[in-house]
Amino acid sequence: MPGIRAVLRPWLKALWLGLALLLGGWAQAQAPVLAVPPLQAHVTDLSGTLTELQVQALQAQLDGFERQYGAQIAVLLVASTAPEDIADFTQRVGEAWKLGRAGVGDGLLLVVAVQDRRVRIAPNKTLEGAIPDVVAKRIIDEQIVPAFRQGDYAGGLRNALLQLQSRISGEALPAVSGQRSSSGDDELDLAHGAMLLLVAVPVIAGVLRQLLGPKLGSLASAGAAGFLVWHLTHVLWLAMLAGLIGFFGGLMGRGLPQSAARRRRHWGRQPTDTDTSGGWGGVSWGGGGGSSGSMGGMTSGGGGDAGGGGASGSW
Amino acid sequence: MRSVLSRFVLILATLAATLGLHGCGYNDFQRLDEQTTSAWSEVLNQYQRRADLVPNLVATVKGEASFEQETLTRVIEARARATSIQITPETLNNPEAMQKFQAAQGELGSALSRLLVVSENYPALKANQGFADLRVQLEGTENRITVARNRYIKAVQEYNVLARSFPSNLTAMVMGYKPKANFQVANEAALSAPPKVDFGK
Repeated sequence: MPGIRAVLRPWLKALWLGLALLLGGWAQAQAPVLAVPPLQAHVTDLSGTLTELQVQALQAQLDGFERQYGAQIAVLLVASTAPEDIADFTQRVGEAWKLGRAGVGDGLLLVVAVQDRRVRIAPNKTLEGAIPDVVAKRIIDEQIVPAFRQGDYAGGLRNALLQLQSRISGEALPAVSGQRSSSGDDELDLAHGAMLLLVAVPVIAGVLRQLLGPKLGSLASAGAAGFLVWHLTHVLWLAMLAGLIGFFGGLMGRGLPQSAARRRRHWGRQPTDTDTSGGWGGVSWGGGGGSSGSMGGMTSGGGGDAGGGGASGSW
Repeated sequence: MRSVLSRFVLILATLAATLGLHGCGYNDFQRLDEQTTSAWSEVLNQYQRRADLVPNLVATVKGEASFEQETLTRVIEARARATSIQITPETLNNPEAMQKFQAAQGELGSALSRLLVVSENYPALKANQGFADLRVQLEGTENRITVARNRYIKAVQEYNVLARSFPSNLTAMVMGYKPKANFQVANEAALSAPPKVDFGK
C-alpha cells in the first residue's frame, strides 16, 4: 500500500531531521571540553596522583560510608579541566553522574584538577543543607589546601572526606534499605520489557500486518518491536525475543485488529482507536522505565540533582 | 467491498490515533510548559537568594570606612531595581518584561562583581572572615544562577522547537501557544565579559 508510505514519508523525514539536528548540536557542544569519565568507582584518579593503595583506602572509606548511611560520595582527580573552569566541569560531571540514591539524591562530588591546582566540593541539592557553600569552602581551606601544599593528596582528601561524612551523617536522611536501588531498576526494566512483549507487540504486529499485508507487515513489526524493546530496555535478548514475537505475530497472528473488527460489528460504527490507542498507551507507558546502565564497582543511585552549589578553592 | 472499507477505516483510525497522541503534541506542550515554569521558578529563586545576600554584603563592606562609595551605591541601587521587577511565570511570555528583568539582574551582577574586584584593594576587608564567607556564598549563588538559567534555556528551547516544528506547530497555532522568550545571548555577552583589571594604577 504505497499511499500510506507516501503519507508517512514527510513525518519520517521530519523525525530524522530533528534527530540529526539534535545529535549535531550535542556533538558540537561537547567537542572542545574534557569528556565526562564514566562512573566506575568511588575514587577515579585520571591524573595518576594517588597510589593504588591510597585509592583503595579512600574507596573503602567511601564505600563503607555509603553502606552505612546511603549517601554517595565520589572523588574525581583529573590533570586539568582546561579550557573549562573547574566549576563548569564539576557541574557537567555532577549532572552526568547523578550521585545519590534515587528519590533521595544524597550525592556529593569532589573534583581535583591537579595541574590547575584547583579543587571543588559540589554537594547535590539534597546535601546543600548539610554542606552549605561556606562549610565546603572551610573544609577546602582547612583540610585540603594545607595538605595539598605539602604534596599529601591522600591525607588531605581523607580528612576532608571525614569532615564531609560527619556533616552528612548528622543530616536526617532516610535509612539504608537492604538492597542497592540499581537492582530494583533492572527488575523494573525487565518488567517493562515483558509488559511490552505481552501487550504492545501483538497490537503493533496486528496493525502493521493489516496495513502492509502479511509478509511486509510481519517484517516491519519484527523490526518495530525489536527496536522499541531495545530502545526502552537496552536488554539485547529481550529485544530479539520481541522481534521474533513481532515477526510471528505479524505473520500468522489473528491478533487485536481482528477482535477489534469483531467488536466493531457488535458496537456498530464505533471507531477502533480505543484499541489502538490502548496499544500505543502501553508503549509510551513503557517509556517511563528509562535505562539504567549498571557498571562494575560503584553504581550511581541516579537520584542526585547538581544545582551548582558548593565551593572551589586553590592551593 | 466490505473488507476494503474496514481496512480503510482501520487505517484512518490508526493514523488518527498516531496523530492524536504523537503528532499534535498537545500533551508535550503541557509537559514542556510546566517544565519551563518550574525552571523559571528556580531561576527566580536563585536571583532572590543573591538579592538577599546583598544587604549583608553591603553592611560588611560599610564597616570598611574608606570603601569606595560609588561602587557601594551602585550595588544598592542595582539591587533595588532588580528586586522591583519580578516576573511571575504567567508573564513569562512577555518578551519586553523579560528583557527588563534581565537587564536589571545583569546590572546587579556586574555591580556585585565590580564590588568584589574593588574589595581586593582593601586588605582589612580581605582578612575579614564574615566578608570571606559572604564572598563564598555569593560565588555559590552565581553558580546556581548559571545552572538554573541553563536549565531554563534548555526547557524553553525544547518548548520552542515543539511550537515551531511541524506538525506540532499546527497545534500551537490552534491553541495559541507562542514561542517563549529566552535569555538574550547578545545582551549577555557584554554583561558577562570579565571585569577589567587595571594594573596601570
